[in-house]
This record gives sequence, structure tokens and C-alpha cells, in this order.
Amino acid sequence: MKTLSRMGVILVMVFASACSQDDKTDRANVVDAAVDSDFQKQLLRQLISAKPGDVVQIPEGKFQLNRSLSLNIDGVTIRGAGMDKSILSFKNQIQGAEGLLVNASNFTIENLAIEDTIGDALKVNEGENIVIRNIRVEWTNGPATENGAYGIYPVQTKNTLVEGSVAIGASDAGIYVGQSRNVIVRNNRAEFNVAGIEIENTIGADVYGNEATNNTGGVLVFNMPNLPQPGHSTRIYNNKIFKNNTENFGHEGTPVAAVPAGSGVVINSNDNVEIFDNEIADNNTANIVVSSYFTAGYYSDKSTQKDFDPYPEGIYIYNNRFAGGGTSPDHLELKALKLTKFGLNGSLPDVLWDGVINPEKLINGKLPGDLRLCMDNGDAGIINVDFSNGYKNISTDIAPHKCHLNKLPQITLDFDQPETEQEEDDHLAVLEGTNA
Amino acid sequence: MRSWLLRGSLAGLVLTVVLSGVSGCEKPRPQVALFGIDAIPARLSEWHLIEVVDGALTPNTGVVPYDLNTGLFTDYAHKLRTVWMPVGTSAIYGEEQFEYPVGTILSKTFYYPKGDDGTVLRTDSFADDYAPGRAGEALDMARVRLMETRLLVRREDGWQALPYVWNQAQTEAVLEIAGDVSRLHLKAAEGDISEFNYVVPDANQCAGCHADNFTGREISPLGPRARHLNKQYTYRHGSENQLVYWQKIGYLSGLPELDSLPGLASFSNMDLPLEARARAYLDINCGHCHNPAGAADTSGLMLNHSETDWRRLGLCKPPVAAGTGSGERLFAIVPGEPDSSILNFRVESVDPGAMMPELGRSLVHEEGAELLRQWVAAMQGTCL
Repeated sequence: MKTLSRMGVILVMVFASACSQDDKTDRANVVDAAVDSDFQKQLLRQLISAKPGDVVQIPEGKFQLNRSLSLNIDGVTIRGAGMDKSILSFKNQIQGAEGLLVNASNFTIENLAIEDTIGDALKVNEGENIVIRNIRVEWTNGPATENGAYGIYPVQTKNTLVEGSVAIGASDAGIYVGQSRNVIVRNNRAEFNVAGIEIENTIGADVYGNEATNNTGGVLVFNMPNLPQPGHSTRIYNNKIFKNNTENFGHEGTPVAAVPAGSGVVINSNDNVEIFDNEIADNNTANIVVSSYFTAGYYSDKSTQKDFDPYPEGIYIYNNRFAGGGTSPDHLELKALKLTKFGLNGSLPDVLWDGVINPEKLINGKLPGDLRLCMDNGDAGIINVDFSNGYKNISTDIAPHKCHLNKLPQITLDFDQPETEQEEDDHLAVLEGTNA
Repeated sequence: MRSWLLRGSLAGLVLTVVLSGVSGCEKPRPQVALFGIDAIPARLSEWHLIEVVDGALTPNTGVVPYDLNTGLFTDYAHKLRTVWMPVGTSAIYGEEQFEYPVGTILSKTFYYPKGDDGTVLRTDSFADDYAPGRAGEALDMARVRLMETRLLVRREDGWQALPYVWNQAQTEAVLEIAGDVSRLHLKAAEGDISEFNYVVPDANQCAGCHADNFTGREISPLGPRARHLNKQYTYRHGSENQLVYWQKIGYLSGLPELDSLPGLASFSNMDLPLEARARAYLDINCGHCHNPAGAADTSGLMLNHSETDWRRLGLCKPPVAAGTGSGERLFAIVPGEPDSSILNFRVESVDPGAMMPELGRSLVHEEGAELLRQWVAAMQGTCL
């Protein structure tokens, strides 16, 4: 790629002298009518010709683009003037499966918005040391099945930070980190997506300080089969996850289409997940759902690789502040369950578990300690719906879940310096504490 | 390295002899110019690779046209592909990929047969594209509309992709790294006209498809490989196997016995087995991304020619991040049921958020889509 970047700089200069003699007057008039052609061309050239260390500035303004942008040079920063000031709008997009596609390391994108892409908004496919900061991705017509799938979508990356960003209206996930390693997702807002924030097949992720509301499911931690990397070890803490009751508008067949509306946090088939110190409230199906790949309804020996582990194991839920929720579950079985077990005015407990465990791992009829689902949240309850046996032995007994697991280590990123703002916050917290 | 250079230079002698034999009756042309990486010309003609000469787009001396068993679909565009190597150099045979010498220039010119009233024609026949008596070699400018010529140039540290866009007057193609869009009216034999955006990819998008190892990001030629090239071509001197001809003119060394060479099917050759035709089509149209090192390995779907695991090929495979592309269907391939298979949905879509391939087409390839329908329809079994 060094080749292409070096070449690009020369090309831009050469081209400038050539185009004046070129006869291209009738080209693309129709399709360019609603597009800021000059801006688009210039931006494409900048991205193609970029050199490591370059900063590509996106000026203030709303710019209409109709083709995908892509970057594949390491060490480049794309920077706008703010997520409400520098707006790349793809409302009239005719080509490309995403707004911006990046395949590069040491990449930073910050302070701009990507709106109304026909597919994904920002996809980073492979690369290390990725910073996505203060980006807004939005489908401006609100939640709709025809919206693009993913908002912010790093996949197969290593050392990735997504912070201060906003994702609205994705027909799959607003912020989706897939098949990655060492990830921090913090201080973002995800609203009116099918999945607000989703961590999938990822090893080592910290998700904190986020607000997930009005999604179908607030925060998801999934493992899917048939992929190069199975994931584990995610911590979800200090988030506000409330009122994720938007009707599921995902495409049938996609994994998130099976998520019941009204799910705060969903763990599916993933191991070593810690959920603590969150405010989780008013999610109408359940504040937390823990399930296996079996309940998603797709499992069959034919569709699933042999070594796939569909059981969520080592799930630790503690110190969360729950309120409301479980009053009006989605999906017929859950509605019926609520009605028969808790009555018309009752509600499902805060944690809904499908109860599916791996029979091969049982020792004397019990799972080993480190594979269990452990809870310590005051009087918050759990319901085990016993999915494997057709809902036969539904149980709300908390006793088997009164246990503790070893805590997961914090995720750190070498390039991530502690912010002074956070220190101030801590200082304030101390002051408030003394006043009280 | 030394040994192949030596072989290359010996082969180069043969090249000079063969080519001077066929080009003796033409006006002398400037030789192909191999520009340095920092001196890329804005105009295609400056390369003297393929130029409009006497009303025909004509490859220069040593610029050898070639064809593929099954080519990538690009909105029914016809393509003239050529290869040129510096005198005294030669590609080294490799079953998966040749090692092309530094200085190799591959060109691919996208064009359409011209119709009436500014339309372009949709036809499988190339017979009318060529200048009289020059089939397989020179395009008759009165009969074709040229769209773009893409060059791949082999540099010391990898391949360089250079998209040139032809002007309306059809006199010149100009370097356009940001790509281009034009509105075309494509007329089928029955007279039906499809209006669509013909999109020339930008240089990054060229690289996106040509990096079949996405992690390394190094780009490589997709078509000119043994399994795609292993076929007869109509040269001026007569029909000959392309690999044998390349060897004869010194463009290829280390070629194994002809009957031991890999060869993919022509997707449109009805005499060949359905399976072979479908797999050839998937390999050239999808395998550059859907392979274990490709950009689409994130999906777990592998469509490269050497994949043998049926689930990785899509059989009963649930989607991962297909989004709109799921088409409300549950599996990539449901045996016997193309209407329930995501793969068929995506190749039959023209929604940029759902269609496959993601780039390079704005229309459905009806013949290719039909082949994949037949392939899926012929599969046995169920998914659930």
C-alpha cells in the first residue's frame, strides 16, 4: 500500500492538469444531481492518496455523497468539526455496502457524523489500534427495517476504542464489535437500534459508561458459530440500560431478529461475562436475559460447527440497580409464562435464563463453580424457564445462583491515556460524598 | 531468483522472434512505455499499451490479449484483457498464482457493443466487436463504446491499480483514481432497455477486491491464473491454449504438462456438469473476498474454488452480519430451495446494502443467477 499512497499524491497533481481537456460533459449528470460531486471527488482522492500521519479534515457542513468511501493506509486520522457540524450524508447512495470502509491500523476517526447509509455506516475490517471517538451514525428516519445494518462496526480488529459516540436507527446493531480482541466501548449512546451495543465473538471487552435506551435489546454479548474466532470475557459496568422496548425491526434470519423487544442485557452462548454496577430499568421482557444458541431457534447439527459451544457459562451478575421491567414480555411463550406465573399485573424477575446447561460438564448433577450463573443483586430474582424440557420445570429459586466468580481483569489499551475529565469526575464524587 | 531471470531472458529471445513475425505489416509504433511509480501519466495512450489506431483499439507489439474460462460479471460489459512483460522477463508458473515479473502490465478494457440511439447492447457474442480480420485482437471503434481501462502494474513492492476512464469522444482514457459514474441504457436482444449507473471503482476499491489476502493488503491479479487461463484462444495465427502460447512467447516459465493443469469450467458451457460451472462462477465472482484470508472471512462463508466443507460453502449456514442481505431467509443455502437461500437472494438483488458482490455491478447477472438457482435446486436434503 505504500505504493498506492505514494502514487496517489502524484496522481492528484497530474490529474488536475489533464481534466480540463477532457470531454466528459454528459457524464453522470443524472446521478450527480443530488450529490456534492466536487467534495466527494476531493475526499475520495484525499483518502486514496493519504500518507501515514496525515489528517484528513472534514469541514463544517452537510455533504451529500453517493458512493462509498474507503481508507487503507495506516496511521491516518479522519477528523471533523463535531458530530453535529461535519455531516457526511449518504441519503442518495448508489454504490457500496457501507459509508466508510477502513482496512488500516493506527486509525482514528473523530468528530463527525455519517448519516443514512444504504448498508453499514462505518466498518473497520481488520487493523490494530483503532480509535472511534465522538462519531454520530444515524438513520434519520428513525427505526426502520430498510435502514442499514450496522452503525459503528469494527470487525477482526485488535486494540479498539469506541467512545463518546452516538448510534441511532441501525436495523441490526448501533455499535457492533465482532471477532476482535482487547476492546473498550465507553461513554456512548445507542438509541432506537435493534441491538444498541453488541459484542460478538470478541475476546476481552470492557463496556462502561454507556447509555442504551429505546433499542430492542440494550447491550448484547453473543457468540455465533462458524466463525474464525469464538469470544469470551466481557465486562459490562456503570451503564444506564433502560426502556429498550422498541419493537424488533431486524431482518428475519439475522441473529438479532430473535431478540425479544424489551431486553436490557442479553448474553447468548458467550462465556465469562460480568455485569455489575449498572442501572438497568424498565425493559419490558427482562432487564437481563441469559440464553443459549438453542433458544435463538437456529441450532441444528447441520448449521453449526462441531466445536461450537452454545452454552453461556461463567456469568456473574452483581451490584446492579434494577427497577421496573418484565411487565410486558415479547414473544408468545414469555407472555404466557408471565401471565400464568406472575399474573396480569405481575412481572418477570430481573434475570431471565433459558436454563440450558451442558450435560457433559455436570459433576454429581451440578455445574462446576466457575461455569455457573452467579448473582448478587440484593433482592433481584431470576427465572429459569427450563427451555430444554419444554418449560416443564420453571423455577424462580435463587439459591443455586447465590455464588461468586473470580473477577475479570480490566482491559487496557496502550494508546489510551487517562483523561483529566475523568479525574475531575472522581474528585467531584468524593466531594459529594463528604457533603452527604 | 537468478534462475528465473535467466530463463526469462532466454524466453525473451523467442518472444521477439514470434512477435516481429506477426507485426511486420503494421506501421511502426512507439514501444510500450513502462512508467516509474512516481511518473504515472494522466493519459492511457502514453503507455502505448493499447491505443486507437486506424479506427481500432489495438494492442501494441508484445501486448497479448487473453480470456478467462469464466470471467467476473460487470453489468454485461465486454472486456479486452491484455498482458505485457518487459523484454527478457517471464512469469513463473504457480498453481494458485503466477509470480509475475516486475514491470508486468495487465490491462482490462471494459466496453459494450454499440446500439442505436446511444444505447449499448447486451449480448454474449463477441463476434461483432472486432475489426475485420482481427478477431480476438483489435476492437472496431465503430462497433464498441469504451468505458474504462484498468491497469495493474507490477512494481518492486507489489501491484499498483490504475483506473483510466474513456472520454465521450472515445479518443482517450484519463486517469481517474476517484473512479466515475455514468448513466447507460443497455438494450437486450428482445429490445428491452435497462437504464443503470455504470460505476468505475476508485483506486481503493480496486485494491479492496484484488487483495485476496486482506490482512496483508497486497493486491494481486485475479483473472490471469492457471485455472482461469487454461483454455483455447483465437489468436491471429490460429487457436491455441493460452498457457502454452504464453510459454511459447516467453511470458511463462515452469509450466507443467498441459493435461496436469487445473482448469475451471466455463459457466455458460451447458455440456459441463452443473457443479463445475457453479463453482467456477462462485470462484471468480466471490472467491476473491470469500476465502479464508479474504475480506469476507468475517462471514464464515467461503466460496473459493478449493473449499470442500459444505457448511462453509453455505449449506444450512446461518448468517452472521448479513443485515438487509439476509432477505428474511434463514440460511445461506437451503438445499433444493433457491427461494429460501440467502446466497440466491443476494446475487439477485441490486440494493447496494444487500447485493453480492458489493461492488462492480448495478444489474443482476441473469444467466449467473439462473445457474446458481439450478445449483441450489439440485442439492438434496434439509436444514432443520
